[in-house]
Parts: sequence; structure tokens; C-alpha cells
Amino acid sequence: MEQSFLDYYSLEPLTRWIHDALCGVMSEDWAVFLESLVIGVAILLAYAVLAVVLIYMERRVCGAFQCRIGPNRVGGKGGLLQVPADVLKILTKEIIRLKNSDHVLYELAPYLVILASVLSFSCLPWNKGMAVIDLEVGVFFVLAASSIGILGILLAGWSSNSKYTAIGAVRSGAMLVSYELSLGICVLTVVILSGTMSISGIVESQADGWNIFKGHIVTLIAFVVYLISGNAEANRGPFDLAEAEQELTAGYHTEYSGMHFGFFYLAEYLNLFITSGIATTLFLGGWMPLHVAGLDGFNAVMDYIPGIVWFLGKTFFVVFLLMWIRWTYPRLRIDQVLNLEWKYLMPLSLLLMLVMAVLKTCGLVF
Amino acid sequence: MTDFTLLTTAALTAIVLVAAALLIARLLAPRSFNPQKGEPYECGVPTRGISWGQFHSGYYLYAILFLVFDIETVFLFPWAAVVERVGTLGLVSISFFIVVLILGLAYAWRKGALAWK
Repeated sequence: MEQSFLDYYSLEPLTRWIHDALCGVMSEDWAVFLESLVIGVAILLAYAVLAVVLIYMERRVCGAFQCRIGPNRVGGKGGLLQVPADVLKILTKEIIRLKNSDHVLYELAPYLVILASVLSFSCLPWNKGMAVIDLEVGVFFVLAASSIGILGILLAGWSSNSKYTAIGAVRSGAMLVSYELSLGICVLTVVILSGTMSISGIVESQADGWNIFKGHIVTLIAFVVYLISGNAEANRGPFDLAEAEQELTAGYHTEYSGMHFGFFYLAEYLNLFITSGIATTLFLGGWMPLHVAGLDGFNAVMDYIPGIVWFLGKTFFVVFLLMWIRWTYPRLRIDQVLNLEWKYLMPLSLLLMLVMAVLKTCGLVF
Repeated sequence: MTDFTLLTTAALTAIVLVAAALLIARLLAPRSFNPQKGEPYECGVPTRGISWGQFHSGYYLYAILFLVFDIETVFLFPWAAVVERVGTLGLVSISFFIVVLILGLAYAWRKGALAWK
């Protein structure tokens, strides 16, 4: 009953209609080519717009947390044009070629970082039938794609042939691979609960209640563990020791200049969004509206809000949480970071996964 | 559209994004030559020796431990998708697998591999 209204916002009939219409006037190969082109442009636009929005939001939120105003001069009230102006500025900066660097790897690193973030970005479920890539092994693919980014970071630090970048890269590498474990195990917990790896399948399975409410206390703890390790994966917050300004200047991307540096910055902010988006998908019901059992009128009103509003709303809520953490906690040391992961988060997430498996096998979840 | 087409589209989009932005930057940005510019940035002090040297062996230990547990996660994913269907027998078998791995972690912990020295 409720599902019928959600289907109203589904884009699947529209895309199928467009495909059929295109196939009517040209061969199927051309239709697919044209659609791929449109999808590519859509990904680029969404990627660029979100980057601008996130950077502006970060600067305003940071300003608020530090009791100052933040950007407020460029582009009228509120400094709305500050970030586009920064983008223009960074485009006009010289890209310096280092003398003793490994040029091939040095040029390759930004490609890998952006590739990882665009691939996992296109897996996000914006709305019913609106995910670009919806694989059967969805969340597994996201984990796989996002670990390409670690390779890019390691290459960037190593190929620059500078001591700061080398230290930043090995630190970052050790931290990122470690936190990938508890991240993966928290994802496993949700896969056990939902019984599928497909991203749209996980969202559909939350139609009768978000995972965070469905899995007793287990998914709630898993959500917190996911946020901590996701924050570390995005190289942010108390875990930004790879680019600890006071000791390493800018960490692994110290030697990158102009637009080259811009890519790392871009990927960092989009990774924040992807982490939050996946957290929303796994724990907060993706594009599913909030339903309270028993309140039929309330539920019907919630169904009127399109899925994309729900998805963006929840994702930006998680983004705000992560920004709050970033601007509140002091930076950790490398041994503290690795201790936290290996001695606390990983055993804890393994335990959560086992408890969830027992609950699911005994049929104790809703 | 097949999954493969979409994957290729997304991957090509990423490559085009980087290549196009770099092209625009090359066209817009000034270029000047100065031998000092190619030096690595180390607080403005000329760098001594090469930077591709040795680094702390602690990182290496964590990398090895990571390999073990990452492969473990890969093995657990197919089971996680069918927990309900394989039932108690599956749960018991996978618990055995996980307990062996936890013993491995406990061994590494006991041996001091997790302590930063």
C-alpha cells in the first residue's frame, strides 16, 4: 500500500521510456552511447556541484564552531561565490614539475584518487531507480573501489621524493588499510541483517523500518563504529595525521600544486559525502521515508516527500555530524590511531557481526 | 544498459574529469622556469640525501596483519548474504573460521605486533 506512492517517484519507467524512444530513431548501440554520454555529464555535474556545496558548508560550519563568521565577502551576503572563485583561482595556478620525482607515478596519483571516488560516488542510491551503478555486489564494489584511493595516496607520497610526503603517505596508508577492516565488518553486519549485498536491495529491505532501529542495539553500535572508521577513511577529523599541518605541512600532497592539488582536495570532500551517503544507505534507510508504526496519517505525509530529499537530508545530517567531530576533537597520534583500530574497533565490530549472525539465524530480528 | 557499460562510463568520466581540468589549467596557468622551483618543499631548506629511504618497520607489520584480515572479510561476504538460508550449520562453521582468526589476532597482540615501538 505505502509502496505504491514511493513508486510514483521512481525514475525507472522514465529511463526505460527514454531508452525505447531513442532506440526508435537510431540503432541500439548509438542509443547506449548517447545515454552513457548523458550519464557521464550528470555524474560530472553532481560531483562538481556537491564539491562546491560541501566546501562552502565546511567553511561555514568550521567558522561557527570557532565563533567566527567564515566566508562572507565574495558574492554578496554569506560569501556564496567564495568557493567558485577559489576554483577559478586554483585553475590559473602554475602546475610545477618536480625535478627528482617519479614523473609517471606522480601524474598517475590524482587519476587514481579521483577514479576511486567517482566509482564509489556513482553507486550511491539517490532515489528509487536513480543509482547509476546498481550491482548485485553493490556494497562490496564500493569497498573495493574506494580502496583504489589508498593506492593513489601512497603513490602521491612516494613519487614526490620528499620526506614530508613519504612520511605522510606511509602514515596514511597504515591508517587507511587498518580502518578499512572495521569498516568492512560493519558493512558485513548490515549485509547479514538485510540478506543482500545489492545497494538497492539493502534500501528496499528497510521499507518496514530503518536498519538502525531494526537491529536492536547491535546496528546502533555498528553505526557509531562505521562513522568513526568512515571518518578515518575520509582522512578527516581527529584522524588527519597524514596531513598534520604542524609537522608535515600537508602530508602526502605537499608537493602537488595548482589543479593537481585541487584533485586531492576534491576527492577528500567527495569521500566525506560518499562515506555519509553509504552510512545513510546502510543504517538510515537510504531514500526511505521515516515511518512510525501506528501513525498512519504521519506515515502518509512522509511518503509525499520525494526519496531524493530524504536521501540528501539524511546524508547532509551525517556530513554535519562528521564536521562536528572534525572541529571538536584534537588530532590523534599514529600509535593511538592504530591502537584504537586494532585493539578496540576491530574486536568490537567482529563481536557485533557474530551477535548479528546469531540473531539472524535464530530469527530474532524484525 | 548493462552493468559493464555503466561501470565503463563512470570510470571514463573520472579520467575525463582529471584530464579536462588539467588541460584547462595548462591553458590558463602561467609557466616560468626557475631551478629552485623543482626542489622538494622542506621548509625552504635544501633537502639532504634522497627521500626514497627506509621507513619505520611498524607500518610493515600492520600491512601484513591487514592482508590476513582483509582476505577474511572477502571470504565472509558470500556467507553474509545467505545467513538465513545456511542456518545453524553455516553459523557454526563460520564461527570456527572467525575464532581461528581471532586467535591469530590474539597471538599477534600477545607477541607485541600491535604495540608501536
